[in-house]
Amino acid sequence: MKDILMLDSLFSSEELMIRDSVRRFVNEVAEPLLAPANEAAHFPKELIAQMASLGIFGMRLPESVGGSNASAYSYGLVCQELERGDSALRSFSSVQSSLCMYPIFRFGSEEQQQKWLPRMAKGEVIGCFGLTEPDSGSDPSSMKTHAKRSNNGWVLNGAKMWITNAPIAQLALIWAHTSDGIRGFLVETDRKGIICSEMKHKFSLRASSTGEISLNDCWIPDENLLPGTEKGLSCALSCLNQARFGIAWGVIGAAESCFDTASNYLAERNQFAKPLASYQLIQKDLVDIYNEIIKAKCLNIQLGRLMNTGDATPEMISLAKMNNCREALRIARMARNLMGANGISIEYPVMRHVVNLESVFTYEGTDNIHHLILGKYLTGIDAFN
Amino acid sequence: MKVLVAIKRVIDYHTKIRVKADGSGVETRNVKMAMNPFDEIALEAAIRLKEAGQASEVIVVSCGTSECQETLRAGLAMGADRAILIETSEELQPLAVAKLLNAVVNKESPQLVFLGKQAIDDDANQTGQMLAGLLNWAQGTFASNIIINNDKIEVEREVDGGLEKVSLKLPAIVTADLRLNEPRFPSLPNIMKAKQKPLEVISASSLNIDIKPRLTVLKIESPPIRKQGVKVNTINELFNKLHVTEKVL
Ligand SMILES: Cc1cc2nc3c(=O)[nH]c(=O)nc-3n(C[C@H](O)[C@H](O)[C@H](O)COP(=O)(O)OP(=O)(O)OC[C@H]3O[C@@H](n4cnc5c(N)ncnc54)[C@H](O)[C@@H]3O)c2cc1C
Repeated sequence: MKDILMLDSLFSSEELMIRDSVRRFVNEVAEPLLAPANEAAHFPKELIAQMASLGIFGMRLPESVGGSNASAYSYGLVCQELERGDSALRSFSSVQSSLCMYPIFRFGSEEQQQKWLPRMAKGEVIGCFGLTEPDSGSDPSSMKTHAKRSNNGWVLNGAKMWITNAPIAQLALIWAHTSDGIRGFLVETDRKGIICSEMKHKFSLRASSTGEISLNDCWIPDENLLPGTEKGLSCALSCLNQARFGIAWGVIGAAESCFDTASNYLAERNQFAKPLASYQLIQKDLVDIYNEIIKAKCLNIQLGRLMNTGDATPEMISLAKMNNCREALRIARMARNLMGANGISIEYPVMRHVVNLESVFTYEGTDNIHHLILGKYLTGIDAFN
Repeated sequence: MKVLVAIKRVIDYHTKIRVKADGSGVETRNVKMAMNPFDEIALEAAIRLKEAGQASEVIVVSCGTSECQETLRAGLAMGADRAILIETSEELQPLAVAKLLNAVVNKESPQLVFLGKQAIDDDANQTGQMLAGLLNWAQGTFASNIIINNDKIEVEREVDGGLEKVSLKLPAIVTADLRLNEPRFPSLPNIMKAKQKPLEVISASSLNIDIKPRLTVLKIESPPIRKQGVKVNTINELFNKLHVTEKVL
């Protein structure tokens, strides 16, 4: 896609190099596996080791725990490139980095960090993040999963649902009520009393592995409690902020993929004896798509700048997640339409992006929830309940 | 064994090339640049020698404007140990580059110099050969496989009729062809570390080398736009098209 506003000039040469390296990995290595993985509904696990050797997992964390101290821009650009391939790739990496490694780094003890983070950076341990439950989605404080003290440890009971990576994870970060409020627990998935099962038959994010977790008297030792989570639910939400920032960038990668695919197609497809790209109505759609992508990138860049300086607030991140998911989904649908019947073919990535983005629009806070967060910011009135 | 790898900054091969309206060259403003893909293969070969314990140091060198530093950093991110930029804003033709590289070879005394077989912008395919001539070293061009054997390097070359194997006495020049290897994607930690690796800038004018262009470019123009093809159903129809309509048979 053409860089009309020369936005690349706002990134450092390292950031651009990181972006280009991931873009090449996605194009040359991942791309051929994505459509088949989507069709077969399985996560292409063979990519984990290569993503790890690129240094993607936990890239924002310090070197001492296996990270690279990368900037917010680098993280955003990596998400953008992964999701240009498929939202499933970006989801995998968001969960591993922002929803598992980040909380272990932020809320974990020194021992927990050393035990898990370097192995997670190498992709040897896969993590998942269990917040949502069958009866608790947008309102996570209503969760039923609970942990009771017992035998120098905790006993967990409850069920989690819609958990990305759960079926392939070695480690689950489980959020559960305790008598002192909600806390985060690290549960190894080979323990007694925890079962992770795959949720099959999805129409969206088919190349991502999604699962249910059931906890039946699952005992874990004291040292598996994340000690820094004493602030309760707000700790879980702070992880979501990291991930949402990545989603705001990621979905624009998917949108760009749709734009590129559609514009190449329209230049070559002739109807009524002329390329489709030569018709005014078609050009209007193309320009509208392009315009929204550029605007979303500007939003991401300013937000990234504030993430780098530590000045980003949850409301800002909500704004970007809300706008960019909505626009990406709209763009994908428009691109799908512009390509006629071929728009639904598996030969092109566009329909895959359309259905994937339906999930991305919903997870990590639905569109409504981000509106409510911003509504509260504007009016000072909490309209959640 | 020290290995020197020459790398050139060129327009990224994914980019659609646009010729300037006045025919004086191609548009490079606001255009994505990258390392010449054949040079990337050459560098990968050098890094693999180092990883196999057969090379002690890999030095990347580029000739051109200060923007080539970016390309050199990309080389350092792939795994080169240090970088040298011979800086000049003059137009550089293959002979000039070969002369500048000759000066770097004299300064660094590598045992092996890797280059790409050609750069994808000018497609000259001359620099490696000219450098070998200036140094009076053996050369193995279009390499698709290499094996270091004591004081020799065996090079499998892609030639018109197939593959040719030559054994060169070191020091030698090797130019990389497409099938020599598949270059790695630089990893994030290595990209970050590349910032700290040494990059020496030498001004070309300080070397007192005549780098004046010997050739004058008269005009650059885009290739003619290809007419859309047609599908034919039978051999007869094909023959008719070629013989009667197009008159090429
Ligand atoms: C593919 C996929 C992967 C996922 N991965 C994970 C994961 O790894 N970990 C995890 O914990 N969760 C995960 N989720 C769950 C996801 O975060 C939830 O689906 C999401 O938070 C919404 O919850 P819900 O589905 O229960 O919808 P509900 O909360 O039931 O909402 C249904 C609808 O009502 C709207 N709504 C809800 N409350 C209000 C209100 N007060 N006012 C107005 N409208 C409202 C919502 O916007 C939505 O449109 C995943 C989901 C999907 C689809």
